[in-house]
This record gives sequence, structure tokens and C-alpha cells, in this order.
Amino acid sequence: MVETSSVPLTGPQGPKPRKALSRRNVFLYGTLLLITLYYALPLYVMIVTSLKGMPEIRLGNVFSPPVEITFQPWAKAWSEACTGLTCNGLSTGFWNSVRITIPSVILSIIIASVNGYALANWKFKGADAFFTILIFGAFIPYQILLYPMVIMLREMGLYGSLGGLVLVHTIFGMPILTLLFRNYFTSLPEELFKAARVDGAGFWGIYFRIMVPMSLPIFTVAMILQVTGIWNDFLFGVVYTGPDTYPMTVSLNNIVNSTQGVKEYNVNMAATILTGLVPLTIYFVSGRLFVRGIAAGAVKG
Amino acid sequence: MASGRPNQLFRNKSAKIAAIPMIVTALFVFVGGTIWTVVYSFTKSGLLPRLNWVGLDQYERLWATRKWLVAIENLAIYGVCMLVLVFVIGFILAALIDQKIRFENTIRTIILYPYALSFVVTGLVWQWMLNPEFGVQSIVRDLGWESFSFDPLYNADIAIYGVLIAGLWQGSGLVMVLMLAGLRGIDQEVWKAARVDGIPAWKTYIFIVIPMMRPVFITTLVLVVTGIVKLYDLIVAQTGGGPGISTEVPAKYVYDMMFSANNLGQGFAASTMMLVTVALIVIPWAVLEFGGKKHHG
Amino acid sequence: MNNSVEIKNLDLHFGAVKVLQNLNLEIGKGEFLVLLGSSGCGKSTLLNCIAGLLDVTAGQIHINDTNVTWSEPSERGIGMVFQSYALYPQMTVEGNLSFGLKNAKLPKAEIAKRVKRASEILQIEPLLKRKPAALSGGQRQRVAIGRALVRDVDVFLFDEPLSNLDAKLRAELRVEIKRLHQKLENTMIYVTHDQIEAMTLADRIAIMRGGQIMQLGSPDDIYGRPLNRYVADFIGSPSMNFFDGAITNGAFTVGDLTIPLTGYDFVSGGPVDGAATLGIRPEHVVTGELVENEPIRIDVDVELIEPTGSDKLIDCEVAGHPFRVRMDGQAQVSVGEKLRIGIDPARASLFDAATEVRL
Repeated sequence: MVETSSVPLTGPQGPKPRKALSRRNVFLYGTLLLITLYYALPLYVMIVTSLKGMPEIRLGNVFSPPVEITFQPWAKAWSEACTGLTCNGLSTGFWNSVRITIPSVILSIIIASVNGYALANWKFKGADAFFTILIFGAFIPYQILLYPMVIMLREMGLYGSLGGLVLVHTIFGMPILTLLFRNYFTSLPEELFKAARVDGAGFWGIYFRIMVPMSLPIFTVAMILQVTGIWNDFLFGVVYTGPDTYPMTVSLNNIVNSTQGVKEYNVNMAATILTGLVPLTIYFVSGRLFVRGIAAGAVKG
Repeated sequence: MASGRPNQLFRNKSAKIAAIPMIVTALFVFVGGTIWTVVYSFTKSGLLPRLNWVGLDQYERLWATRKWLVAIENLAIYGVCMLVLVFVIGFILAALIDQKIRFENTIRTIILYPYALSFVVTGLVWQWMLNPEFGVQSIVRDLGWESFSFDPLYNADIAIYGVLIAGLWQGSGLVMVLMLAGLRGIDQEVWKAARVDGIPAWKTYIFIVIPMMRPVFITTLVLVVTGIVKLYDLIVAQTGGGPGISTEVPAKYVYDMMFSANNLGQGFAASTMMLVTVALIVIPWAVLEFGGKKHHG
Repeated sequence: MNNSVEIKNLDLHFGAVKVLQNLNLEIGKGEFLVLLGSSGCGKSTLLNCIAGLLDVTAGQIHINDTNVTWSEPSERGIGMVFQSYALYPQMTVEGNLSFGLKNAKLPKAEIAKRVKRASEILQIEPLLKRKPAALSGGQRQRVAIGRALVRDVDVFLFDEPLSNLDAKLRAELRVEIKRLHQKLENTMIYVTHDQIEAMTLADRIAIMRGGQIMQLGSPDDIYGRPLNRYVADFIGSPSMNFFDGAITNGAFTVGDLTIPLTGYDFVSGGPVDGAATLGIRPEHVVTGELVENEPIRIDVDVELIEPTGSDKLIDCEVAGHPFRVRMDGQAQVSVGEKLRIGIDPARASLFDAATEVRL
């Protein structure tokens, strides 16, 4: 052992003193608090408005908390509010959206994951060319493809039906999802794929036995991306479906914007929350995966 | 035995079969659909698409229509403001959150949640927030500033800025997340080096960190711009294009022409103009991003 | 029927890049062949071609006298071990070992028998129910070898199997692979960039560069009689000292130094005048009392000393060329001192200056 001895110290020693309430911290957390409040405010306004009665709304402002809480606007928004001519509330739209979203999500993920797998591991001649076209497809303004798709769906007898909209979502979801899956499968070690080939597994064998079990996170990310994207869609809904098959976003817009006479703001806000509830729930539950979905779909593009 | 290769067409057969949906979508929908619309933009199609050529007539009429000119002007105002503000706000938010703060997750979650909402929801909430009778204007007046006036959705001159507020509220979280990912992706030793060299934080951001984040900036730029061009749902929900035609945008013009005004030719011409706009932005980006790279190292 | 693997006129191009060029190689039954080279030399590519994981551009590959050029990897009678282990993460060790056999639709009893035998040989029986994530690096690589073992094939392919392990473990598994080869007596083709691994394991080494084989021979041959300057430089650490000079009248001259070539075993039979390169390994330079026994003796100035514990490496200058000498670790020497060194041309290597081929 090397001998050591204590020497009396003078001047600064030990940890540098820090104030919890430094000017920097006050500024930083103050700013963040204001920003957070700003972003949270509309959600708060939606909720308080939906819980007030109309007389109370007319007296106060959008921020005042409800004096007498009522759930009547929610009930009305769900089952009675009028969308143009019919007065069935949002429930029809909700169930339409469910029936559109579930098959679209499943179908688009199956197709895109197999595509991405083929592109990542089984490159064939011309594969890159098709993929490039597909990626450019992600940037084409949808407006330019609206009418050709109308013709296509009409020829297939799917125009105005839920099935048609499912097909549309599957097609337009393909570029970003294929990219997502291709990038993910490419990032898996190539030697694993080689080992499976030496072990005699074929295209589908490797996909189901090796790739899919290893890729649950990316399937979850794709699901989050698709559920929120398809649920929130308005344009395709309004173009490719009819009044009976309108998804929830279209019903919502009709309830709020085509009301004749007195506007029932509380019902409108209740309807708005109801429509936002599905993606919001997914967002708050999935947290990090949602962020990863955006980053994966966007940054790697 | 002579050496050679097995028949090209049947190699990787399963992979080719699996790629059929992609090939069909790429060729038939994306390429085919685009060409179809561009071709029919040179026709006099009305209620139904018809191949009666009129040359550039549709385009001449388009650029002579006031509603289209207003739409383009709105898109330009919205686009420039959105682009500048969303980047400034997004980056500042990301930089603030990157200060090793407490409650990072909570703050990030709150800033990003609007992005999970439908544009229709966003539009309706802000329609209500900006309602002059009950919303922001009335609150400020109740506080004692009687002459305060802020009613963008009822004032044709500033209506588009009302839409901008909603658009920023929804979109800035996305930019923040992307910027934060970019900031976190930067080698932390750069910060250490800057600290040893005594460079102030703001200078480090502007002269060192931001240039290093170029790829993230470019990707975000492309995303934001294509999003701006597609602007439609928000307008329909928040203002319906009004008051008057003061918040019309190209995407809405296309929809109205195609599905309400039975003037398909105009719709096709307008959507072709949208495609040209996007192509002018995306193609240079694609060349920059992917053109220089070589395959197989 | 003596060769296990034969490679005939093999070419592989990626677009315009020629990764393998007109390669010919015959590997005998039960031989341990190491493909050695720096990264990008085509050694792994060649192994992947043999495995059938890459399509060749031209040429043939025969395994056990069958042309397998177009066969699927699983039909070639090979087992392969990868650098990253490539274990299927969601399957247990047992699942990993039996996956290939299940794909080949072998009866259950046979699968169980083979898994048992392989796990006994590799001593991984206690790990059979675990997932790869719960294994250490060495255990993982053992399972990866086991996956090749259960296939009951004649040819094993190793693609840098030890590169991901730390130095100590690498040395242990190296010995184990050698034992395995002695026991199983099947053909092994082993790719590595580590020359110690190559030297210790190989029956023959093929040194590759730019998609071609620079030399194929026993470890002794490769070390003692490198066929060209590249091999001479590549093999040996610290690397060989080279002098660019000329042969005149049966002696090598560089600057003011003349080295008579008596005792040098010329490939062509005798010395021919012309520009040449002389190579001397640092460990073949004699110092101390034995110097006087050597045919050539030179005095040098010690410029730099690098002690490595067991040895001391001395940097000096001979005839205007930088020169390294290896001395015993205990040797007393200091910078600035004069040192007397001795060289024996019989142990040196001579190369033609233009073609870089051994003379």
C-alpha cells in the first residue's frame, strides 16, 4: 500500500453548491409549464364544455369549470345528434369506423410485412425499382389518385361500401408500412436468415418461424400507426363511402358543421371527444411505442 | 456440366408472389393513377371523365379562377408561416426538453397528444376555442380589456391564421419528437468539447448542433411540406373554407370540383398542379438523400 | 473420391465488382482448411458460395463428388457456424438444435438422438431448455456449433466463429474446435482474419487477397517459405523487414550492405541478377553471444524499445531502411546504445521486385 496522509484543505472543496431555485431552473420549468398548459388547454376545454348544460355555456366562457355536471350531452352525441337528415348520433359512425379499421389494419400489416420481408431478404431483379415507386407513392398528393380509385372501386363494385374503403386504406398504407417493415427486417442480423436457410427453411418457413416471432415490437408499432391513421382519416371516408357507411370522423363533421338552428356546443364537444377517444387511448397507453412509430416511419425514410 | 444459372423467372418464386400486391399497387395505382389523372386534365371532362381534348384550357381556366388563386395564396401564407413556426417551436421545445429535466415523459406526452388526434377533432376544438362569444376573445374582454378583438374565424382577413394556430398546435409535437431524436442522436462528446472550449450553449446549438442535424432537418422538412400540401380536413372542419372563400386551399378546391361541382377536368388540372408542387420539393430531396449513395459496400 | 469439396473456375461478380476471380480449390476428406485474409479479400464470400447462400456468376462447386452449384444450402450436406452465432432468439437451445432436422422431416426419435449426442459432445446438456439470451458468449457459440453437428454432415463451414469472443475465451474455444476436428474427422472450412487461429487450427491455409488465393499451403510453408511478398508481409507479427535492393553476382546489395546468398534455397535453382526485395523476420535476427555464429553481422543504433513482457522489440535502421529486431524480454538494452545483430540469409525470403514473387 502507498502511504497517504490527510492534509488540511483551504478554498473550494467537495461538490459545487447549487441552488434548486436557480434563475435557469425558474426560467426553464416556468416556460415548460406554460407550454404544457397551452397544449393541454384544448383537451380541458373539450371536457368541461361537454359536461355543461347549454344555459351554463351561454353564461360563462370556454374555460370555466362546470357548476352542474351533466352527462346528457354525451348521451345525445352518441345516439341522438343529427347528421344532416338522420338523427342517430355518432354510434353508427363509430361502428362503421370499427368495421373499417380492424380489417384495414390487419390486411395492410399482413401485406406490408410480407412485402418488407421479401424486399429485405429475398431481393429479386426489379424489386428495388418497384419499391422506389411505392415510396414515391407516399408523397403523391392523394388528390391526384382520388378519381382513378373511384373508377377502380366502381369497376369492382366496391364504391360506397366499407370493403372499398378497406381496400383504399390498405393501398395507401402500403408505402410507409412496407418501408417500416423492410427497414426493420434489414436491421435483423443477416446471419440468422442464412442459418435458417442452411437449416432448410424456405420463404414462408423463415417468415413465420424466424422473422415474425422476432418482430413483435415492429408489428405493434405498425398497428398503432395504422389504427390512429385509419381512425383519423377524413378524406377517404368522405370520398369513398356513403351516408350509411360514413366513418366516425365524417359523422362528427356532419353533426357539428351541418346543424341547422341553434348550435349545441356541449353536444358538439362531447362528440369531438368521443371521436378522439380511440386514438387518444392508444396514444396514452402505448406511449413510447407511438413515438417510436413516428420516428421509425419518418426519420428512417 | 456447363455452368450457368437456373431459370431467372422461377427463382425466388415465393418472394415474387408475395410482392405481387406491392407491384400492382406501385404500377397500377400509383403510376397508372397519376398518369390517368394527368392525361384527363387535358380533357373537358364534366360529370364523367371523357377523352375530348381541350389542350391547356383547364389550366388556363384554373389560373383565372379567383377561388383557386385565393387557395394558392392561402396555402402560401399557411405554408410559409407553418414551416417557419413549426421548426422554431419544435426545435425550441426539443432543446428545452433535452436539458435533462424532470417530468420529461409527462411533458413530452402532453405536447405530442394533439398529433394523435384527427384533423377534424383539432379543427372543431379550435373552432370552439376561437369562438368570439365564449372563447379566447370573450375571456380577455371579461378580464377588463373591453376593446380586445380576436375573432380569426369570423374575419376573412385573418381567418387563415386561425387555421394556422390549430395546425401548429397539432403539428409541432411531431417536429419536437423528431428534433429531440436528432438531438439525442448527436455524440455527447461534442457538448463536452464545447464546454471545455467555453462556447455558450446557444452558439453550440446554432453553429455545431444544428448543422450536424441536417439529415433530421431535411426529413422533417419533407414531412412537414407534404403535410402542408395535403391540408384539407382541418379546413373543412374548422372553417369550411369560409368566411366566404377566405380559407380555401387547393386540396379542397380539387374535392369541390370533382365531387360537388361536377367539373372533373378542373379537379384533375388542380390536382396535377399539386403533384407538380410536391415533385418540385420531393425530387431534389430524393436526389440529395439517395442519389449519392452506392449499393453494396 | 479423395476430395470432399472442389471449387472449379469460380467467379462471383456484384455488378462490376469482381469479388472472386477464377478460383480453384480442392479440399481433401477430413482436412481442416483455413481461409485467411484481411477484410474484403473475398474469404467470407467464398464460404457463402460453398454454403449456397450466394449465387455464383460462373464455375462449379462440388461437395462429395456431387455438383451442388445450383442446390439449396440445406441440400448440400454442410453445416455452418456464424460469427454472430445466429441463434434463433425465440427458440430454446433444443429448438435451435432441432429446427433444421424438423424442416428435413426427420422422425422424432432420430432428432432426439442427434440432439442428445451433439449436446453431449459439446457439454451443453444443462442448457437445452434455455433461451439464447440466457447464455454467455462461449455457450452460444457452442450451441451454434451444435447446430452444425446435429446435421450429421461431412463438411463444416465456420465463418469467423470466434471473432465476437474475448481473447481468453477465444483461445479456449480454439482448442475445443481442434479437438472436435480430431474426434469427428470431417472436413472443416474455416474463415478467419486472425493468423494465430489460422496457424494453430489449419492443416492447410489459403491466404486470399482481392478474390484470389495468394498461397495455399501448410502453416509451416506459409510462414517459412511465403510465395510472394504479400503473404510474407501478411503473416507474422511483428511483420517482416523488407529491403528493396538488387541481386548482383549471387549477392544481395542494398545501400552499402552486401549479403551473400550462400545457403538460400532458390525456387528457380540459382540467383539471377536484377532488382529484388529481401525479407527478414524480426524473430530471425540473432542478438547476444550467438551473433558471432551468423554469416552476416551488423552494428545498429537502438532508436526505440517496445517491451511486451515476453519480448522486447527494437527499432533501428539498416542500410537506410527501418528495421525491427525481436529480443528476449529480459535483455538489457537502452535507447542510443549500439547493438550487434546477426542475420542468416538461409532463413530470409527473396522476392522479385517487379512481380513480388518468391525467388
